[in-house]
Amino acid sequence: MAHRERGDLDGRAATDAPDAPDAPRRALRVERLGCARGGRWLFRDLSFELHAGQALALRGPNGSGKSSLLRQLAGLLPREHGVVEGAAPADLAYLAHQNGLSLDLSARENLALATRIGGRDLSPAALEAALEEVGLRQAAATPARRLSQGQRRRLALARVRASARPLWLLDEPTAALDGDGEQVFARLLTAHLEAGGLAVVATHQALALPLPRCIALTLGPASSRPDPGIAPAPAASPMEFAP
Amino acid sequence: MLALLHRDLLLAARRPADALGPLVFFALVACLFPLAIGPDPALLAVLGPGVIWVAALLAMLLSQYRLFEADLADGSLEQAVLAPGGALAVVAAKTLTHWLSTGAPLVVAAPLLALQYDLAPTATGVLALALLIGTPALSLLGAFGAALTLGLRGHVLLALIVLPLCVPTLIFGSGATTAAQQGLAAGPQLSLLGAALLVSLVTLPWATAAALRLAVE
Repeated sequence: MAHRERGDLDGRAATDAPDAPDAPRRALRVERLGCARGGRWLFRDLSFELHAGQALALRGPNGSGKSSLLRQLAGLLPREHGVVEGAAPADLAYLAHQNGLSLDLSARENLALATRIGGRDLSPAALEAALEEVGLRQAAATPARRLSQGQRRRLALARVRASARPLWLLDEPTAALDGDGEQVFARLLTAHLEAGGLAVVATHQALALPLPRCIALTLGPASSRPDPGIAPAPAASPMEFAP
Repeated sequence: MLALLHRDLLLAARRPADALGPLVFFALVACLFPLAIGPDPALLAVLGPGVIWVAALLAMLLSQYRLFEADLADGSLEQAVLAPGGALAVVAAKTLTHWLSTGAPLVVAAPLLALQYDLAPTATGVLALALLIGTPALSLLGAFGAALTLGLRGHVLLALIVLPLCVPTLIFGSGATTAAQQGLAAGPQLSLLGAALLVSLVTLPWATAAALRLAVE
């Protein structure tokens, strides 16, 4: 697997070498996936393929099914229509709208316990490095209740990173993040992809990634048959769907 | 599972009021009855086991409606469901934590409250033993109801679902204590109580886990 060995999360993500032997074979395949909520199709006959080192930018207006697609991929919503391959629960890290933090626990406890619940133990040094990486070292002992929304998002991203899962499913990962936080996220994502990971990211922001790494998929409310056209995302355009 | 348990115990320790509330409620209800009924030792000794059991049952339920609620709201429930242990580990950790923080204190406090009802020493011992067997079953039932009603507003439904299911536990539990109070053998009732616990243990966690998976959909 293209991920760090247990415990040596070293805080210098960008220098990780893409050296995993089985990484090139890892892929996420979605065939004719459909999702019906409340008696209507959000999308149907959705097919795409994502290979190691690639990110899928999931776009579309509010209510077009981005979150539902992510939840289907994560296995939280049933996938009765269509086929999903390569998204076993043990392979994925899911970041929802909610950060999944217990507000009464400190940032450090949250990260340590979430990682252990995910089946992976971090050494104390690795824990500090992971917090440092997202700029939360000063706030490590602060209860999550007293962290700002942006800091909570950073902590949630640190959890995804520390999970060392090959497939990241991220729902609006940059919500509430400031400019620096967005850069932190871009660094994490780039390192993840360079190490052979995959990511599906629902976002309104352009992902600051080199073109071959990033493919885009737009879900639309009007078309019952979403356009699975693979088009490179614009390098750095502002919010695409803002009026 | 162990990590989940660690987290839940840590959370329970951070919110001692959540565990203390049911205990205080239990003690208050059990203390109010002698005040309302009046100082008639014979009557109190007859009513005692039933009153203490009903108070324990309500105290357990009172604390349980938000068993999964905070975790659902902050998103950690779906993270835990996706984790290797799955929903079943969540149920096990939550139920065990709830029993340790709520049920176990009731078991310890019950003999003290029994003093007010002039229960015989053997009856007091049987009461504690019956609560020790019965409260885990109540925790399991409450967790089931909490998972079924997760995401709904209002908690009357939880009581409506769980209270009827608690009836066997209540009958055998207070029956054992009453039998001991009258000098009869409490063994059969305690065995039936143990059977109720075992049935709960082998059926309810799976049903609760299924309800949780539906709740995070």
